[in-house]
Amino acid sequence: MTLTPGDVASVPAEEEPGVGDEPEGEAARVIEGRSPWRLAYERLRHDRASMIALAIIVVIILMAIFAPVFATLTGHGVYQQFRTTGLSPAGLPVHPSGQFLFGTDDQGRDILVRVAYGARISLIVGVVATLLEVAIGTVLGLAAGYFGKVVDTVIARIIDIVLSIPFLLFAISLVSISHPSLTIVIVVIGVFGWAAVARVVRGQVLSLREKEYIEAARSLGAGSWRIMFVDILPNIVAPIIVYASLLIPVTIVIEASLSYLGIGVPPPTADWGTMISGAQQLYQQAWWYLFFPSAALLVTTVAFNIFGDGLRDALDPRSNQLFT
Amino acid sequence: MARFLVRRVALGVFVMFVVTVVVFLIFYVGPGSADVARARAGRQATPAQVAAVARELMLNRPLYAQYWHFFWGQLLHGNLGTDYYHGQPVTTIIKQAFPITLSLALGAAVIWLVLGVLSGVLSAVRNRSIWDRIVTVLALFFYSMPSFVLGLLLLYIFYYQLTLAGVHLFPGAGYTYLTDNPVKWFQGLVLPWITLALISAAAYTRLTRGSMLDVMSEDYVRTARSKGLSERRVIYRHALRSALTPVVSQFGIDLGVLVGGAVITEKVFGMPGLGYTAVTAIENQDLPVIIGIVIVASAAVVVANILVDLFYAVLDPRVRLH
Repeated sequence: MTLTPGDVASVPAEEEPGVGDEPEGEAARVIEGRSPWRLAYERLRHDRASMIALAIIVVIILMAIFAPVFATLTGHGVYQQFRTTGLSPAGLPVHPSGQFLFGTDDQGRDILVRVAYGARISLIVGVVATLLEVAIGTVLGLAAGYFGKVVDTVIARIIDIVLSIPFLLFAISLVSISHPSLTIVIVVIGVFGWAAVARVVRGQVLSLREKEYIEAARSLGAGSWRIMFVDILPNIVAPIIVYASLLIPVTIVIEASLSYLGIGVPPPTADWGTMISGAQQLYQQAWWYLFFPSAALLVTTVAFNIFGDGLRDALDPRSNQLFT
Repeated sequence: MARFLVRRVALGVFVMFVVTVVVFLIFYVGPGSADVARARAGRQATPAQVAAVARELMLNRPLYAQYWHFFWGQLLHGNLGTDYYHGQPVTTIIKQAFPITLSLALGAAVIWLVLGVLSGVLSAVRNRSIWDRIVTVLALFFYSMPSFVLGLLLLYIFYYQLTLAGVHLFPGAGYTYLTDNPVKWFQGLVLPWITLALISAAAYTRLTRGSMLDVMSEDYVRTARSKGLSERRVIYRHALRSALTPVVSQFGIDLGVLVGGAVITEKVFGMPGLGYTAVTAIENQDLPVIIGIVIVASAAVVVANILVDLFYAVLDPRVRLH
C-alpha cells in the first residue's frame, strides 16, 4: 500500500489517534465521498463564533498590511512627533479628537497609526515563532515517539527540563546579553516553546507507531524517514494544526510581555507591549494611551483563541468539550 | 514510594545541573571572555581591574575549569557575588526579595486552584446550562488576557478611580512585609493576587471542565450513582478525585509559568520581588544579580515541582509504578 500525498491528507480526522473505533459512526455518514477536511471546513463554516473570530483576525491582518495607509490617510507618520498639536501645553498626551482619533502618546505620536503598525510585530512574531516552535517540536516529537528507546529517553528528559525551568527568566537572561531585536525575540520563544508541542506529537506518534499500516509500510521496505514524514506525520497533522492555532495567541502574549518588560522589540518600533509599558506611567492622565493598545492586544488574542477552539471542534467532532 | 521519591529528586538535581550549565553558557561563554571580564568588573573599571576579574573567574582556563570554579567555588558555597551598584551581597538582595515573590505566588496559586477547579466542576456538572456558558465565556476571556493588561486595568479601576472617589482600599504600588503590618500586607497583595490568579484560573477552569466531563461519563460514576449515592458524593468523592489528576500534573508544569507571571505582576504593581529585581538588574546590566535570581528561582521551581509530583503520586497510585 503506497499512499499518495492526496490520499494521506484525507485521513486525519478519521485516523485521529486515541479515538479507537469510534469514528466508524462518523465515517458512515461520510459516504457521499466528501473528505474529512471538507467536512471539517463545513462544520467550521457553520460555527458562528469562529466565523466572527476569523473576520476579526482578517481585519487585524489587513490593518497590519495596510498600516502605511493609516499613516497616509491621517498624514501622521508612525515615528512622527507632533510637539505642538500632539502634546498639551504641559507636555502631556492629547485626548482622542478629529485630528488624532485614538489620541497621542507621551511623545505626541498618533496612537491610531502606531496601533496599526503594532499589529505587524504581533502577527509576525505570533506566526513565525509559532511555526518555529511547531517545527522543532514536531521533528523532536516524531523522533522520540518513533525511535523510542534511548532517543525517546533523551528527548523526553529534555522536554521535562525545558518545561520545568522558568521560561521568562531565561528569556530575560538571553536577551540581556544580546541586543534586543525582532529575531532574538522569535528565536528565544522558539527555543523555549517547542517542548509542549513535542510532548503532544510524541504522544500521538506512540499510539500510531504500532498500527498495521506502519508495519505494512516497513515490510514494503520504507525507511525510517519515509515512515515518519510520509506515513505518520500526515495522520497527526490535525492535532498539530489545532495546537498551532492555539499557540499563536500564547506567543503573541509572550512577545507583548517581553516588550512590556523592555526586552522585546526595541523602540521606537511601534509595538503594543512597548506602548502599554509607556502608558503605565501616564494612565491617570491619558487613559487612551493605555486603552487602545491593550484593546488591540486583547481583541487579537480572544479572536485567535475562539478561532482555535472552533478549529479543534471542527477537526475533532467528538470533542464537545474545551481543549485541555 | 521511596524509589519514586529517589528518582524524582535525582531528576530535580539533574535539572538544576542543566540550569547551572545553561546559565554558565549564557553569561560566561556567550558574550566572549573579554566582554565577560569587562562586564563583571563594572563600568568604571581600569584595565588592571578587568584583568584581575578575568584571573579571579579563571577566564584564561579551559571551559570545564571555569565551570567548575563557577559551580563549586561560587554556587555551592552560597557565594553569588555582590551587586555592582551598592556592593551588597547578592544573597542579601535575594533574601529581601524572596518573601515578596513567595507571598504573591502562594496566594495567587491558592486562589487560582480553588477558583479554577470550582468553576470547572460547576461548569461540567451543569453542562450546557447558563452557568456553563457564562463560565466558559469568562474563562476564554481571561485566558486570552495578558497579565499586564489585566493588572493595569485593575489598577485603573480599584486604585485610581477608587482614590478619586475618596476610597483608599488598595495601594498603587509597593509592598509591606507581613511582619511589619499584616493588614497593609494583605491590602497590597489583593490586586496582584487577582491579576495573577484570574488568568491562570481560566486555564484550570477549561482543564477541570474537560476532565470532569470525561470522568462523569465513566462506568464507575454510573455505578456509584446506581448504588444510590447522593449526587454531591458522586461528584466530589468519586468523580473529582480522578478528574483532578490532570489538574495537578498541569499545576506542576505551570510552576515555572507562575514565576514568569510573577515577574510581570511585580513589574505592574511595583513590588520589589525577585522578578522586579531581575528586570531592574537587566536594565542596569547587573550580572551577578541576574545570575543569582535565575538560579534561585529555578531551584524554587524544581523543589516545588517535586512536592507537586509527590502529591500527584499520592492522588494517583499508578504514577508510582511507572
